[in-house]
Amino acid sequence: MNVLLDHLPQFREGFLGTLSITAASAALALVLGIVIAGFRVSPIPPLRAFGTAWVTLLRNTPLTLLFLIAFFVIPQIFFPGTSPFVLAMGALGCYTSSFVCEAVRSGINTVPLGQAEAARSLGMTFFQTLRLIVLPQATRSVIPPMSSIFIALTKNSAIAGAFSNTELFNVSKLLSDKGFAIGWIFLWIALCYLVITFAISGLFRLLESRLEVAR
Amino acid sequence: MSSSVLYDAPGPKARIRNRIYSIVGGLAVLGLIVFAVVRLNDKGQFAPEMWNIFNYAGVRTSIRDGVVTTLKVFAVAAVLSLVLGVLLAVGRLSDHKAVRWFATGFIELFRAVPLLITIYVLWVLFLTYRSDLGLSGDNTGFWALVIGLTVYNGSVQAEVLRAGINSVPRGQREAAYALGMRKTQVMMTVLVPQAVRAMLPTIISQLVVTLKDTSLGYVITYQELLFQLQQLAGNIVVNDDNPYVPVIIVGGAIYIAMCLALSALATWIERRGRRAKTGIRVADAGQPLAAADALDVVDHATVSAPDASTGKTN
Repeated sequence: MNVLLDHLPQFREGFLGTLSITAASAALALVLGIVIAGFRVSPIPPLRAFGTAWVTLLRNTPLTLLFLIAFFVIPQIFFPGTSPFVLAMGALGCYTSSFVCEAVRSGINTVPLGQAEAARSLGMTFFQTLRLIVLPQATRSVIPPMSSIFIALTKNSAIAGAFSNTELFNVSKLLSDKGFAIGWIFLWIALCYLVITFAISGLFRLLESRLEVAR
Repeated sequence: MSSSVLYDAPGPKARIRNRIYSIVGGLAVLGLIVFAVVRLNDKGQFAPEMWNIFNYAGVRTSIRDGVVTTLKVFAVAAVLSLVLGVLLAVGRLSDHKAVRWFATGFIELFRAVPLLITIYVLWVLFLTYRSDLGLSGDNTGFWALVIGLTVYNGSVQAEVLRAGINSVPRGQREAAYALGMRKTQVMMTVLVPQAVRAMLPTIISQLVVTLKDTSLGYVITYQELLFQLQQLAGNIVVNDDNPYVPVIIVGGAIYIAMCLALSALATWIERRGRRAKTGIRVADAGQPLAAADALDVVDHATVSAPDASTGKTN
């Protein structure tokens, strides 16, 4: 109990750190994932191949290896002096984008063929069909897997703490290095994560009921 | 006529347009690759000396040692997590309230906490009580990693198995009880084998996650593949530079090859399962998604249960 009360500022900072790194990489993953999903369903072979390679490579690479690349290769070669937050966001975002891409792609596949055929017979172009007909319907079936992807992202963000970011793992490491009982720290950290993951699943359940479409 | 929702079989005009897009897109992708390669080349990461390091026996030995340690952790954790998964799945479906609650609480807690934190906490605990537990040297890291992976993946496997058990046609259980089998017998000889069979692709996909997660040992400085790679790249200096790029390319390729081999196994089993006419629906060889997805598997399987029960069972 004392660990929490005595170090409330650290815990708060860690909590906010986890929240911000999760939110930032979720945004990146969402944008990248949707773009790559667009590539994967497009009629253009080079882009399709690029999307497939992206997903296969990233999904079969340990996230820790991506962090290693982000922290030891990227600053050396491309962008020297990037902050650890941005690097961690890049690694987490790219990793998660491959899962988002697959969710979006399978979501698009759940839209009945007739919907798109009707749209095309009305003379809509590819982008109109995608934007006005297919994506809004795909959104609904994408939401449940998306919620589990973002929960997994929250948990994966702990790795960012091992790479000099301030978040909950970092805080637990710091406090345990100072010699506080690890059991209590674990309990409070677990509670923090439970709060975040419950919030995410609650939010997505709300979204799901709001975006319901009749089929 | 095309199988895609998004576009028709292209007509003459669309075909020309697609060809133009293909060229532009191809050039863009190519440009991206060329840019990266040129940048890496400028920094001397493709110099022959950089790649020559793999000719040294010491480098090869430490990479091999890393692979062996990673596979060792994976093997032990995989077996233990499957055993724990069966126990927890049976516990969740138990008739005794206390057992059910304990299993549910265990699963929910360890699924919600990041694996890294579980492993780290175990590591600190093992280091603190090292002498009482009879652990020495590297053993603390090994057991922290293995037990962390076991409790986390065991919890996920339990949910997968539970979904599988729920998807076994009800008649199977009823027939087994009618034959006079006990609860334990019904579970162990009738339900669990069929659940494992139906869920094998998903179970193997989760094993891919286990394999990837062994790399978390890096954080607790356990000598698995990733840690070895980092040590290698950090300690060797070629042309006043650390050979991070060659080492990461080689290491990444090893990881990807190991994971793809496991995924291929899952796909193969799924295809084999589809062909069999047992009436048990074999789960899709899902992507090695992260853990929370076991929830989807549950929904998926309960939805598919009715059509499984209409199938032939033998």
